[in-house]
Amino acid sequence: MTESVSLTVNGAPQTVHAETDTPLLYILRNDLKLKGAKFGCGLGQCGACMVLIDGHNVMSCETPLWSVAGKAVTTIEGLGSIKEQHALQRAFIGEQAAQCGYCVAGVIMSAAALLSKNPDPSEDEIKHALERNLCRCGTHTRMIKAVQRAARDMRGAK
Amino acid sequence: MNAPAKPKLPGSLDANRRLDQWMKFEADGTLTVYTGKVEIGQGIVTAMAQIAAEELDVTLARVTMVSGDTVLTPDEGHTSGSRSIDEGGTALRYACAEARDLLLKAAATQLDIPADKLIVEDGVITGFDRIRQVTYWQLPHAELLAREATASIKPKAASQHSIVGTAVERFDIPFKATGMPRYVQDIELPGMLFGRVVRPPSYDARLTAFDADAIRKLPGVVAVVRDGSFIGVVAEREEQAVKARAAALKAAQWKEVPIASDEAGMHEYLRTRPGNKAAVMAERVDATAKARGVSKVDARYTKPYIAHASIGPSCALARFDGTRIEVWSHSQGVYQLRYDLATVLKTEVESVIVHHAEGSGCYGHNGADDVALDAVLLSRAAGGRPVQVQWMRDDEFAWEPYSPAMTTDVHAALDDKGNIVDWSVEVWSNGHSQRPVSVKTPGPVSSLVSAWYLESPVARRTQADPPQAGGGGMARNAPVTYALPNERVVAHRVEEQPLRASAMRGLGAICNVFAVESFMDECAAAAGADPVEYRLRHMQDPRARAVIELAAHKAGWKAGAQSDGTSGRGFAFSQYKNGYGYMAVVIDLSLEPDPHVTRAVAAVDVGQVINPDGVINQAEGGIVQAISWVLKEQVRHDRERVLSRDWETYPILTFPEIPTIEIHLIDRPEEKPLGAGEIAAGPVPAAVANALYHALGVRLRDMPLTREKIAAALV
Repeated sequence: MTESVSLTVNGAPQTVHAETDTPLLYILRNDLKLKGAKFGCGLGQCGACMVLIDGHNVMSCETPLWSVAGKAVTTIEGLGSIKEQHALQRAFIGEQAAQCGYCVAGVIMSAAALLSKNPDPSEDEIKHALERNLCRCGTHTRMIKAVQRAARDMRGAK
Repeated sequence: MNAPAKPKLPGSLDANRRLDQWMKFEADGTLTVYTGKVEIGQGIVTAMAQIAAEELDVTLARVTMVSGDTVLTPDEGHTSGSRSIDEGGTALRYACAEARDLLLKAAATQLDIPADKLIVEDGVITGFDRIRQVTYWQLPHAELLAREATASIKPKAASQHSIVGTAVERFDIPFKATGMPRYVQDIELPGMLFGRVVRPPSYDARLTAFDADAIRKLPGVVAVVRDGSFIGVVAEREEQAVKARAAALKAAQWKEVPIASDEAGMHEYLRTRPGNKAAVMAERVDATAKARGVSKVDARYTKPYIAHASIGPSCALARFDGTRIEVWSHSQGVYQLRYDLATVLKTEVESVIVHHAEGSGCYGHNGADDVALDAVLLSRAAGGRPVQVQWMRDDEFAWEPYSPAMTTDVHAALDDKGNIVDWSVEVWSNGHSQRPVSVKTPGPVSSLVSAWYLESPVARRTQADPPQAGGGGMARNAPVTYALPNERVVAHRVEEQPLRASAMRGLGAICNVFAVESFMDECAAAAGADPVEYRLRHMQDPRARAVIELAAHKAGWKAGAQSDGTSGRGFAFSQYKNGYGYMAVVIDLSLEPDPHVTRAVAAVDVGQVINPDGVINQAEGGIVQAISWVLKEQVRHDRERVLSRDWETYPILTFPEIPTIEIHLIDRPEEKPLGAGEIAAGPVPAAVANALYHALGVRLRDMPLTREKIAAALV
């Protein structure tokens, strides 16, 4: 049934009205107009819809609205903007780590969750942290380099 | 009397001859450049901007690109086959060179300085005194460009380039990395609704019973369409459309028809169709050389149906107010889609507008065009309100047109030194295109899947196969670049389509290069020769030799190196379409615990390089995708249905399985620029098979090369 649910998205309190089993992805894209997270499979298999919920990377396509009441959701738009880019976004642009780019927002969110726990990950740790994100264009090696570059930049900034 | 034929102009300029079709100097001091080629993740739009900025001597920052729009841009056919730089880039180069010349002549008169004494810096035209000056924007540019091109002005020589040939950052990536709305999926129009389609459970199923009224009563549902065996739902909210679709899928009853063959029998089924038509695609005869043959090598290679498997399912937005149809689509050919939509909707092409908007990478003909028709049908049912339709994951996997299943046989005769003296290739396949095309047919036909299921269906367009002269389809790269005295290529075209099939990255080159480059290793083994030396022995083309030698050198190839039984190293080479880009690649394969590639070293020659970073990105991506095909991919099905419907039933390569990749570019600034998107499609699967042979002495000839097949071969 339709209810009002309150949550925090990218630091701002939001109240949305929808069926409580609505996937968070549709709330973000259609109610809050945050188009960064993408529909890829709706099955939690590809990671195109990845967001952070209380700091953990979670697939928003299979996260029901009710489960995020009172929680803090961060999307790619919450990391940084085109004018004020997050280190990860800067690094992905610097490494030109995209082809079609449909998976990129999800990959960056998984990388953000990794770097918050592990500021100096090895290549293997990066690969395993991104295991649930599929990329069909084959841009993986650049994305791995971009995550390494962002990690360096973020450590340097501290 | 016929008008005299117009002289042929370079690339797409021939069909789009007016200069102002290609560019417009805007009042705000910017330059809008129009291209019919579209961004499908390959960075082409940025490359086109580089070309225009280079020829006109303006900075890239002044250039705004408009691409793929039936109102605004030239019709350059499909963005496919690695032809964009060749066709569209060449056209832009000549159009911009001529525009610059016309503008300079006008400036010469105005400034009273001879045109050949003028210099242009970021659109500002001056003499050497730098005192008298005028900008492009201050000249009567609209009037000057309102004419047909003549292609009489030679574009800049490569040595004069300062923007072309440099690694420029793509325009689109900052938007994508920050989550800005960028894709067709992200466009919202006022009053927009969400639609979903309800596909049959199998290809030839017909709807026998469906209670549309029950679905109409669900929350938010605005319209339910039942037209023959086509069902679609429209709702106010996206999740409501998804729920209505799920309910409709449960409620609909179908009469199903079996698929003609199961997986195991598919290749045999395709090869033995009575209607198969054979054609000789290449033939060279030297009876004296043939007579020197003392031993024979024969092998059969097969490739299953492979899916494009775009990460984002196909999507379109449409508004159909009863007279005018407006569509936003990630189609690779907006004009061709427009033609097909007009056919199905029984209207004039002039009343259909198609705007390109980016989608997920397509790698060929996926569901992009199909979903555009779905959105139009659903907008019509919703009283003309705009409707966005995105296919669900299983719609994409089960209904996209796959890369066709293929068989390639190769036969050779070797002389007493092990050299190849006779060579023939035989290919069995569907045609490799069922895309929309703007060509009149005797009766209406459509490439769009939903059109075939309507109450008054539009007939399915017959498959085409691109002509061999332009690179071919099913026989693409069946002829080899090696200098062989005898060569014969026969293609058996299969009409039946047990599974829907059309164009996918590389077309027939995937199976044909997998075959001929695996076979080169088989011949080398028969001759007791090193695979690299054996290839060079048969190769005269200096550019081919250069990539073969460079890849071997950079990878540290050692003739006669032994495998430890857990890993192996394989080589392969191909020149895409026998006239496009060259790639030679060395693959290191490990078998512990499962077959996976640890390192790929490639040498690439795509002629003149417009954007080196873009070429490397495309080549790396092509390598990863081709590794995924050869190790993992196969569309699963039985006699009832397609069984690959999600990422568990159609797994692709994941991050932990990604090898180290090195690309070594040979830039040839004076050669024609060629695309890089498809050069890896053929050689990589062959190099993986060759590495497996090196590791275990086991020759697998049926893609994909799975652990199960390796185990079976070892027994």
